[in-house]
Amino acid sequence: MFPKGTKRKFSDSGEEPVPSGDQVPAASTAAARTLSSSYSLQRQSLLDMSLIKLQLCHMLVEPNLCRSVLIANTVRQIQEEMTQDGTWQIMTQALAAAQCPADRLVATEVLCRQTDPAVQASQSPKPFSVVGLEEGYHTEEVVMEGDGETEVTMSTLSPVSPQLSSTSYLAGPFGMGPCWEEEEEDGDCEEDEEEDSEECVSEGEEAERDHLSADSRTGEQVFGTFEIKHPAPPPDPALEELFSDVDPSYYDLDTVLTGMQSAPKMGPYDLLESLSSHAPTALSSSTSCRSDLNELDHIMEIIVGS
Amino acid sequence: MKCFSRYLPYLFRPPSTILSSTCHTEADIISTVEFNSSGELLATGDKGGRVVVFQREQESKSQPQRRGEYNVYSTFQSHEPEFDYLKSLEIEEKINKIKWLPQQNAAYFLLSTNDKTVKLWKISERDKRPEGYNLKDEDGRIRNPSTITSLRVPVLQPMDLMVEATARRVFSNAHTYHINSISVNSDLQTFISTDDLRVNLWNLEITDRSFNIVDIKPANMEELTEVITSAEFHPQQCHTFAYSSSKGSIRLCDMRQAALCDKHCKYFEEPEDPSTRSFFSEIISSISDVKFSHNGRYLMTRDYLTVKVWDLQMENKPLETYQVHDYLRGKLCSLYENDCIFDKFECVWNGSDSVIMTGSYNNFFRMFDRNTKRDVTLEASRENSKPRAILKPRKVCVGGKRRKDEISVDSLDFSKKILHTTWHPHENIIAVAATNNLYIFQDKVN
Repeated sequence: MFPKGTKRKFSDSGEEPVPSGDQVPAASTAAARTLSSSYSLQRQSLLDMSLIKLQLCHMLVEPNLCRSVLIANTVRQIQEEMTQDGTWQIMTQALAAAQCPADRLVATEVLCRQTDPAVQASQSPKPFSVVGLEEGYHTEEVVMEGDGETEVTMSTLSPVSPQLSSTSYLAGPFGMGPCWEEEEEDGDCEEDEEEDSEECVSEGEEAERDHLSADSRTGEQVFGTFEIKHPAPPPDPALEELFSDVDPSYYDLDTVLTGMQSAPKMGPYDLLESLSSHAPTALSSSTSCRSDLNELDHIMEIIVGS
Repeated sequence: MKCFSRYLPYLFRPPSTILSSTCHTEADIISTVEFNSSGELLATGDKGGRVVVFQREQESKSQPQRRGEYNVYSTFQSHEPEFDYLKSLEIEEKINKIKWLPQQNAAYFLLSTNDKTVKLWKISERDKRPEGYNLKDEDGRIRNPSTITSLRVPVLQPMDLMVEATARRVFSNAHTYHINSISVNSDLQTFISTDDLRVNLWNLEITDRSFNIVDIKPANMEELTEVITSAEFHPQQCHTFAYSSSKGSIRLCDMRQAALCDKHCKYFEEPEDPSTRSFFSEIISSISDVKFSHNGRYLMTRDYLTVKVWDLQMENKPLETYQVHDYLRGKLCSLYENDCIFDKFECVWNGSDSVIMTGSYNNFFRMFDRNTKRDVTLEASRENSKPRAILKPRKVCVGGKRRKDEISVDSLDFSKKILHTTWHPHENIIAVAATNNLYIFQDKVN
């Protein structure tokens, strides 16, 4: 039952498998030298494992809230410790450098549905698995476009806040990307269904809120609302109509929390319908989604069969 | 501890299950076991939503060695799988908990719950049926009224015993999150159902209303760091209940203080030992089960590695701490990886509150005698226990040389976990659920 491999002992607790990929950039090793490097590798491996656990959604049955809370607390604890060490900032900066900036959206419902454990597993050994996973999702999304899930990518709050953009990928079982700063504000951002990420962008400018936002994002990931967000929404009449008869109480975290998707508001097939009729107008308003637009057009062509 | 090392194992299982522990259907996994308050009945719930009730045989003089064996009494489908159309999610039919009501008439009543709905079931016997109707004949066909020339009174005639279970109440739509426990009040009129964030109080007669008495849901769900893991009413004080949390604390609440019992009147938590702190400290401190002692003076809690007995008068530390499987402390990372660290073990008192019992891995279960401070590890498996043979104590070898009968930590089978056990209220009879098999052990009588 145990992975039999090289095992090491924590200084104060259990054994851990050796991370199989080792791509610690030079920048982070500089800081990590102050810590025992094996401890930091073990800690990183634990962080990756925890993030994967939060990501893997159960498709049909609601996940265990207690388990999710415990894992999220573990992630938070690791992040706090890494922030104190200074390794967190370095890691996120390196992530930002590796990431191509573009405003993108994440539909966590889709992420969950298309989560491929194999993809994640192959990505996870990298210390900066955040990027790897994101790219993995991106690829998947293009492939499985038959479902019509196109808004699958992360909102990166570029160019002002590279740190935040790098950490924004982490869509947890419930979570959404952009609005995790609300924890410091009033917490009303996430409740709204068609929230704009601009508000989040502006908040992202402060680098010192880095670790806080990471924490809040973790919380948001796990417990936040499930929504499909648009980059800069002019209210789309078709979407408004779609949501017009939806009871606002759906956006209450209570009802949405225990769901794995935004299904009450928009199931995958609803999204498909709305896209097929409104896609050009809905998305052309975003000037910063060009690469995604191309993909979207490509998807639409396939769907429409033209 | 001599009585516990001399247990005779009987192997009982519901007749409909497929029986090998290596190839079983998922639906047959036993998810809860519970003796009723007299010990005459034993109920099991499984993942497929079924409840099987066993009844103890009357002792017969002709076969004294078959002292009160348990046989199947009733089987019924308690919960069905449901689909929540609002959230596009399945609601599992798995029975999370069964609690018996004390018997007040000839029928038996129990509460069974899945993740969302609690049901009150009445189990009653029928051994007579009326015969001699006027308007219908024995086959049930309606008679032509014009052919009836005389009237008769229907008479009750004996028939083969039939045990029927009927759902008398359905308590639904009160829980957003998954119900983890139910507890019947000593007033026998109310009960509580507990999910991850709330505790609701019901009246057994009223199904369309419940009172929320504990709510730990934060205004902002991002701030959620703690959930409720279990709750139980005090066995004698009908106004007192306790609930445990994922952070290792227990709160005792008095319902007379306020309608919403968010303010506890007692708070039990053991300060963390800084020398053993790790990233897993919080997870292993999460309490999976809380049980009041029968005398109402103590509380027992189970976390991942230990069982603790608390004195209700002392909040700052437990009275006693028992190590269940401390050899796993060095394996926590692997157990986190394979999710075993989230297993929820239950714990149980014996009738006199002198011995406590809980399960472990590899189909092992442990008993601790509070008076003599001795403990024993036993195994529930067919290979190792022939019927009527005494159970042999087992030992896990931690390091160094392994003796012949010992098992090393790395050889433990973590898929064979004993999460659910129950103890007869008066006698030394225990029921242990090992995946899809139910084992009933009795104390040997000379």
